[in-house]
Amino acid sequence: MTYPKKVLHKLLFDMMLIRRVQLAIESRYMDNEMKTPVHLCIGQEAVAAGVCAHLKKNDYISSNHRGHGHYLAKGGNLKALIAELYGRETGCSKGRGGSMHLVDTGAGHYGSSSIVGGGIPIGTGIGMAIKMQRQKRVSTVFFGDGAADEGVLYESINFAVLKKLPVIFILENNQYSVCSHISARQTGNSIFHALPAKMLPSKIVDGNDALAVYDASGKAVERARTGKGPSFIECRTYRIRGHAGCASQDVSGYRTAEEISQWGKRCPITSFQKMLLKKKMITENEIHKTEKKINSRIQDAFDYARQAAPPAPETLSANLFRE
Amino acid sequence: MLTSENKIMIHEPDFFRECGACKRVIGYPEAIREALQLAMQNDRRVFIMGQGVDDPYGMFGATKDLHREFGRERVFDTPLSEGALTGISVGAALAGMRPVYFHNRPDFLLLAMDQLVNHAAKWSYMFGGAVHVPMVVWACIGRGWGSAAQHSQALQGLFMHIPGLKLLMPSTCHDAKGLMLAAIDDENPVLIIDHRLNFNTTGLVPSGPYTVPIGRGIVRRPGRDVTVVAVSHLVTDAFHAAQDVSSQGIEAEIIDPRTLRPLDEELILASVAKTGRLIIADCGWKTGGVTAEIGALVAEKGFAYLKAPIMRLASPDLPTPAAGNLEEAFYVGRNDIRKAMIEIVR
Repeated sequence: MTYPKKVLHKLLFDMMLIRRVQLAIESRYMDNEMKTPVHLCIGQEAVAAGVCAHLKKNDYISSNHRGHGHYLAKGGNLKALIAELYGRETGCSKGRGGSMHLVDTGAGHYGSSSIVGGGIPIGTGIGMAIKMQRQKRVSTVFFGDGAADEGVLYESINFAVLKKLPVIFILENNQYSVCSHISARQTGNSIFHALPAKMLPSKIVDGNDALAVYDASGKAVERARTGKGPSFIECRTYRIRGHAGCASQDVSGYRTAEEISQWGKRCPITSFQKMLLKKKMITENEIHKTEKKINSRIQDAFDYARQAAPPAPETLSANLFRE
Repeated sequence: MLTSENKIMIHEPDFFRECGACKRVIGYPEAIREALQLAMQNDRRVFIMGQGVDDPYGMFGATKDLHREFGRERVFDTPLSEGALTGISVGAALAGMRPVYFHNRPDFLLLAMDQLVNHAAKWSYMFGGAVHVPMVVWACIGRGWGSAAQHSQALQGLFMHIPGLKLLMPSTCHDAKGLMLAAIDDENPVLIIDHRLNFNTTGLVPSGPYTVPIGRGIVRRPGRDVTVVAVSHLVTDAFHAAQDVSSQGIEAEIIDPRTLRPLDEELILASVAKTGRLIIADCGWKTGGVTAEIGALVAEKGFAYLKAPIMRLASPDLPTPAAGNLEEAFYVGRNDIRKAMIEIVR
């Protein structure tokens, strides 16, 4: 399969952006200025990038507590993200949400939930609205293996299949829920792969392979957009960092250093860059330039966020209700 | 009066209503149905869902046959999945629709708490107002015929605790329609908790569209001696109790808050300022419930008005029993309110 250069470059750009933003957050996290529990998605960048490469600006996504990557891949505003982490009025959620509650309606992102599984029915309901409004948009739901423990996933898939909703269920299996390994919570393959393909096409892909994610989600988005119903994709990946906070805050004893290092060698960005260089789809110089561009955008975002004003205390009760 | 189902209907008492010269009498379920019909005629975004909304019962008549007029895409049966379906309503609302989600009992709302409390109630605030969730959730408290502990819970106290949810409890046919239309018009998640006993009444209802303002209570009967704040069907009981004691020279003022959140604090405080005595009657539990909250409000902001301790009438802190005689012992009603009125003025 051949891919347009533009697509390959976008996949690389998005993954690099997500990685660099995470690293930048991490490097400043111990300054204690971002007083919000960050859940980094280092090592999982290919999932958000590969899926969102198919989405249009007005398509919807639903996201979760580990949602920086989804937000950025969907085109969420970087400055508003960083300002939110700093608890600023100019943050995407005006400093009311923090890292786990991002929003950018202009990019089709209507709010991420930190209740594991909480975004699944919401994304399904968005799919129902799309269908009722006879639109050609799609709703993509990102959730983790922890959310696949929750009954609401079954309920939502049942309804999406029943009503043939334009929903793409993306199970981002990073193998851990806090410190609980998936083997303590589920037996082998997710039970949703056992459904007949006519009801729910499903696929397991290497979540660290951007093109594998891209290929599978392309079919799913096409199916949803043409009114044929939902799909289910499991992207097998790995959470390189701990559950929350930066590298130095991860606890030891629940996984081996060797396991982390093995997965570290399967970095989705390094392997993708190598492949592009080998196929002469990009040059070292182009990568270097992209890196510079991203770093400068990140620097701008942090400068913007740090000098921005926090919310005024007298606005404490604002927005409980829409007037 | 008999309805089409040959059920005996009782006309509402002749207390104060806001229907002007209206003489049109219809049943309580028809009043809600009329609100839904008008809302759906006027706004393509409005739809109705819930288990059994299109079945022959039609949610005690409130949604009966609406699918025939509006089609099954706008009035549809759902899987029981209360948790997911509530989230699906939230999602549909975020994407520009106006869901009205029916449950025949509040007990089942406990299966939807995550989406109601963690999501719907938080979405506007948590995202700094970037998004909002205009949805209506409706449920009807059961009572009698041995409904027992899982089919008769009056959970308004639980929901009154949650910032970000509006909570309505109508007591008249007029308000059932007007509050439903107000709830559908509202840009936020609104929970309507109704009561099966209300469904046995008929009352005055204008035929056109109108709304009852959310957050405004009403004085159903003026009186100088004691204020009675009563909720849902207990408004009728309180009114009858007030008529009962009127011959003994006790004039009770009956307040129907209609919406528990936001609560019309001014109306309650102004009445207590006048009477100096307060009885609160609710069909939910006593501890941490509606009577506790309203009692605390008056103790905090109206203590100087009080001539006697506040009296609270509520269900005992027990699951509802099934046996008829135990049921009778469990519920508060007209007699309890009457006794309290006599006692408090003594």
